[in-house]
Amino acid sequence: MTSTVDTTVEPRPGRAPSGLVAVGRAPGWVRYALLAAGLAVALWLPNGLYPAVAVDILCWALFAVAVDLLLGFTGLMSFGHAAYWGTSAYVTGLVAINAGVPFPVAVLAGALAAAVLAVPIGYLAVKRTGIYFAMVTLAFAQMVYFVANEWRSVTRGENGLQGVPRELFGLDLTDEYYFYYAALPIVLAGLAAAWRIVHSPFGRVLVGIRDNPARARALGYPVHRYKLTAFVLSAFLAGLGGGLFAIGHRLVALDTLHWTTSGKAVIVVVLGGIGTLWGGLLGAAVLVRLEDWLSFSGFEAVGLVTGGIFVLVVLLFRRGLWGSVAALVQRRWPTRRN
Amino acid sequence: MTGQAVLSVRGLTRDFRGFRAVDGVDLDIAPESVHALVGPNGAGKTTLFNLLTGFLRPSGGRIELAGRDVTGLPPEQVARLGVARSFQITSLFPQLSAREHVELALQSPSGLGWRFWRSAKLMRRYAERADELLAMVGLADLAEAPADALAYGRKRALELAIALALDPKVLLLDEPTAGMGLEDVDRTVELIAWVRRGRTVVLVEHNMSVVGRLADRVTVLQAGKVLVEGPYEQVRADERVITAYLGSADVSGSH
Repeated sequence: MTSTVDTTVEPRPGRAPSGLVAVGRAPGWVRYALLAAGLAVALWLPNGLYPAVAVDILCWALFAVAVDLLLGFTGLMSFGHAAYWGTSAYVTGLVAINAGVPFPVAVLAGALAAAVLAVPIGYLAVKRTGIYFAMVTLAFAQMVYFVANEWRSVTRGENGLQGVPRELFGLDLTDEYYFYYAALPIVLAGLAAAWRIVHSPFGRVLVGIRDNPARARALGYPVHRYKLTAFVLSAFLAGLGGGLFAIGHRLVALDTLHWTTSGKAVIVVVLGGIGTLWGGLLGAAVLVRLEDWLSFSGFEAVGLVTGGIFVLVVLLFRRGLWGSVAALVQRRWPTRRN
Repeated sequence: MTGQAVLSVRGLTRDFRGFRAVDGVDLDIAPESVHALVGPNGAGKTTLFNLLTGFLRPSGGRIELAGRDVTGLPPEQVARLGVARSFQITSLFPQLSAREHVELALQSPSGLGWRFWRSAKLMRRYAERADELLAMVGLADLAEAPADALAYGRKRALELAIALALDPKVLLLDEPTAGMGLEDVDRTVELIAWVRRGRTVVLVEHNMSVVGRLADRVTVLQAGKVLVEGPYEQVRADERVITAYLGSADVSGSH
């Protein structure tokens, strides 16, 4: 007589697959050199590109980093971040048009509005995981889109908000070149905030939740509330980008709220590398520049090329552009931990 | 009776789509005792653990922790009330080091985890205590190793260190020696015997020699119901238990 042992069919805690690249563990001097190089590129950018394209890159970089905060560091794929980008764009535009405040104040108001919107949506969404989380965020983003489409007295419907001013203490910022340098500090502040969040005690808990939510709960961490906080912070950062985008374009169009905008943000993150934080900068630079170049040269099917590149990156460089480089660095300095 | 028990369960039931995994269980865990739950596979031991720690909601019945109704509370709140658990299937954060695991557990009761504007370096305030706990479970040399790289027995030890880091009133250990070699089993038994002081330990364990060495009381579960409860020697001698479970190869020790 033998008893069958150890083949329990009782429920067991799930463990999320974690192929995500950890934060760079290169030596200090490498990281400082990268930071210096990054700042140099940021300062040079409008000299090498059309300044308007450079501004777009800034905005999308911030948007991508905000999405990566959820996707890469919390394990949540939002497919509705256009809701926060676009809501902030509209609020920023309305504040700038009607209140005549300096544009950073308008952008801040927009980002705060995005964060407020993220509270109820996030509250409902974080109770789901995986594809269901993505669908809930998408559904709410679509609702926001349709509200904006119908609420013409405020959003001007398909015409969009025209003539968003670039007020900054009477400075003349009509030249995109000068506006770039006025916008840069806001983007850098947003990026620094994202870096701080990831490298905070809170960020450590988020990574724990991403990799093993059941374990995190058993340690006493209220997982839903942590996810919600991350969601709201992410929406705020996405809102900073969206607000600047509105000021940069001097108009707010409905497609800032369209689901393809959410999709593009995810593509930028995947292109740059999920869970790398800075990959979003690279992804934004590549994608925005490429789209601009393609449409400028009269190429109609922009999506065909960007889509093709996306497929190639997913197939050949699964860690994305930044992630692939980081993997090389990690191979060079394998043991160092920060 | 209920007033004295640190953990008291009445009529606890859990259904899974028509299958009753836990069926009207009554249980009283005396303070500062070691209480073992044994029984054949499918007896409902792990389900009972998941109910006690909030990972599953009961279909019926009531759970009291030190006289307080905790039925249906989510796991994080149960943990905050002083109930720590280990998992049967080793459950860690693959990318974090052993020390980071313990730091994360030590940080949990403080509000530090919410400080998204502060540096993670603040967590180093827990490093010293973390290293003490790691040394206690024999992982002093492996504090820097990512959990993924640890051998199976080491992972079990780390599970224990994390549970201890929460300084729990009640420690629930789901098969703490499962899959361990003899040496590791001995060390784990000594460790549990040491950490039980001042705490209540509930453990699911297949290894009857481990149960015999540690447990003050034993509850035998079968098909989701309590079959027998009593001191180890008495339970071991019980006819029903011998027929149901102990008569099998498990009596001889580790499987």
